[in-house]
Amino acid sequence: MALRLPRSGVPQVLAFLAILAINWTVSPQFFDIRLQDGRLFGSLIDVFNRGAPVALLSLGMVLVIATRGIDLSVGAVMAISGAIAASLADTHPLPVVLAAALGAGLLCGLWNGLLVAVLGIQPIVATLILMVAGRGIAQLITEGRIVTFTAPELVWFGGGSVLGIPAPVAITLGMLLVTLILVRGTALGLMIEATGGNARASALAGVGTTAMTMAVYVWCSLCAALAGIIAAADILGADANNAGLWLELDAILAVVIGGTSLFGGRFSLVYAVLGALIIQAMNTGILLSGFRPEFNLVVKAVVVLVVLLMQSPRLSGLGLLLSRVSK
Amino acid sequence: MIRMTLTGLLATALAGFACQVSAAQLTIGFSQIGSESGWRAAETSVSKSEAKKRNVNFKIADAQQKQENQIKAIRSFIAQKVDAIFLAPVVSTGWDAVLKEAQAAKIPVVLLDRDIDPSGKELYLTAVTSDSVHEGEVAGDWLAKTVGSKACNVVELQGTVGASVAANRKKGFDTAVAKHANLKVVRSQTGDFTRAKGKEVMESFIKAEGGGKNICAVYAHNDDMMVGAIQAMKEAGLKPGKDILTVSIDAVPDIFKAIAAGEANATVELTPDMAGPAFDAIIAWKDKGTVPPKWIQTESKLYTAADNPQKIYDSKKGLGY
Repeated sequence: MALRLPRSGVPQVLAFLAILAINWTVSPQFFDIRLQDGRLFGSLIDVFNRGAPVALLSLGMVLVIATRGIDLSVGAVMAISGAIAASLADTHPLPVVLAAALGAGLLCGLWNGLLVAVLGIQPIVATLILMVAGRGIAQLITEGRIVTFTAPELVWFGGGSVLGIPAPVAITLGMLLVTLILVRGTALGLMIEATGGNARASALAGVGTTAMTMAVYVWCSLCAALAGIIAAADILGADANNAGLWLELDAILAVVIGGTSLFGGRFSLVYAVLGALIIQAMNTGILLSGFRPEFNLVVKAVVVLVVLLMQSPRLSGLGLLLSRVSK
Repeated sequence: MIRMTLTGLLATALAGFACQVSAAQLTIGFSQIGSESGWRAAETSVSKSEAKKRNVNFKIADAQQKQENQIKAIRSFIAQKVDAIFLAPVVSTGWDAVLKEAQAAKIPVVLLDRDIDPSGKELYLTAVTSDSVHEGEVAGDWLAKTVGSKACNVVELQGTVGASVAANRKKGFDTAVAKHANLKVVRSQTGDFTRAKGKEVMESFIKAEGGGKNICAVYAHNDDMMVGAIQAMKEAGLKPGKDILTVSIDAVPDIFKAIAAGEANATVELTPDMAGPAFDAIIAWKDKGTVPPKWIQTESKLYTAADNPQKIYDSKKGLGY
């Protein structure tokens, strides 16, 4: 059963450690960590802190992909929730701000779920609608400018900390635990996998596939809304033109690096989050390396290719064959 | 008393009438790109107020970032027989046909903010643009003057890779800095012109350069990235503006807030007033037949804490940035 490696997470863990090691060689102080204003501070912390929004997105995305869907609208949902949070922050109490921003995420999720699960539109087309329109909505909310705020309660989501751990990391960790308990602590995960494996057979077997599909899109948008709040809190303002821009692709990449197939079925939450951290470790490494920015995307592409090749069953089969031949 | 008021009124009315007659109110159409950025919104609102100042009948057509809409707008301006057309071209090519139509109708065209392909030089009267290489030079010269002979390691936040503005602002700064051996750009990365990326890149610069101790100044290709970088410095326990000098370009309102708070040092203005010089050129051309130069360069003015940043912030805030 050596060929089952992709499910075991070994390639992901290895890739993550390898990238951290490379980062350490290009920047010897990579693992230095100190406390700054009661908050952990260091390059390694940056990897987790900057990776938090994409990790949150990938938490929702992995469930959507497990049902054989895809959600292209998460970046736009981030922009909408960030815009709402930033516009209300200085005039309304925090619970209202959060309820409005997350509520908008909930609505976006219901919209996507309605199009995909009820109306049967292909997920890539259905969510493309909100991907394009959503950013427009966000720009309408901010009137095209960067809306800044100073309310310390909302600032906490970006710059605060829990026992020294930066708030974005703590929030992501909390969401990972909640999602794990919801999905793996109950039969929900099994039903999501069944929906993705074969929706028709699952429906006949009594799985509420419509409800399952609806639920994963809602959860995905909620995660995106939370990521949007963090992104806005991070820069103390909502930048509707750029918040979450192209992050849907990073989230999908994180899920794929995490070993979940785009054809649905079995999925792994933890490795999807690890996938997001791999992407960020790479980004941070590139920034520390002092390479010219023209190389950023090339380096990124090569690393992603290597990580994906490490997971390829054909390639590990080939390796096995070669080792047998050489014997 | 009543008679005095009446005469006064009469005089004002006459004066107004006389003014109307002598100036023969100009009608000018402006094909604006759209509202792609805060700067663009500010350019639109400034051009309106400049038109009002000169008593110009000003018509703005919003092209929503599409060239075909701009071409349509220009054709409709030609049909309306306006006195001049302002064009902020969304792309640099594909204007020959419509500009020839304007030329045939004897309507002068003035380009604002962006240039078009050199092949069409004879098709427009003049272009009012900023020189982004010069903007970088102004920033570099300020830094050289401020640090004096002290050795200074500079980190640079570049704009989007491949954007001509980013390349030009880098080139200008590099030229200015190359004249001073004590200034050295030690790190340069792209922050994509955004706050979030500016902050992330600055975070890594600080860590890679001994917690920021080896950095003496930051140069950002726009103010938004600098606003992000300022946050990164503060979160690292550094004092931006004091421990690390800052200079950036654009002069958006939020950077003046930072300068007023002592957290930023200097910004070079990309003026949103491109229409003002264009109006003056058209009026001089119509009245006296003065042919303007092919390129009117706007001023790249440097602002520091000495320029009453709070007041500038208040005046810029309402422009739509």
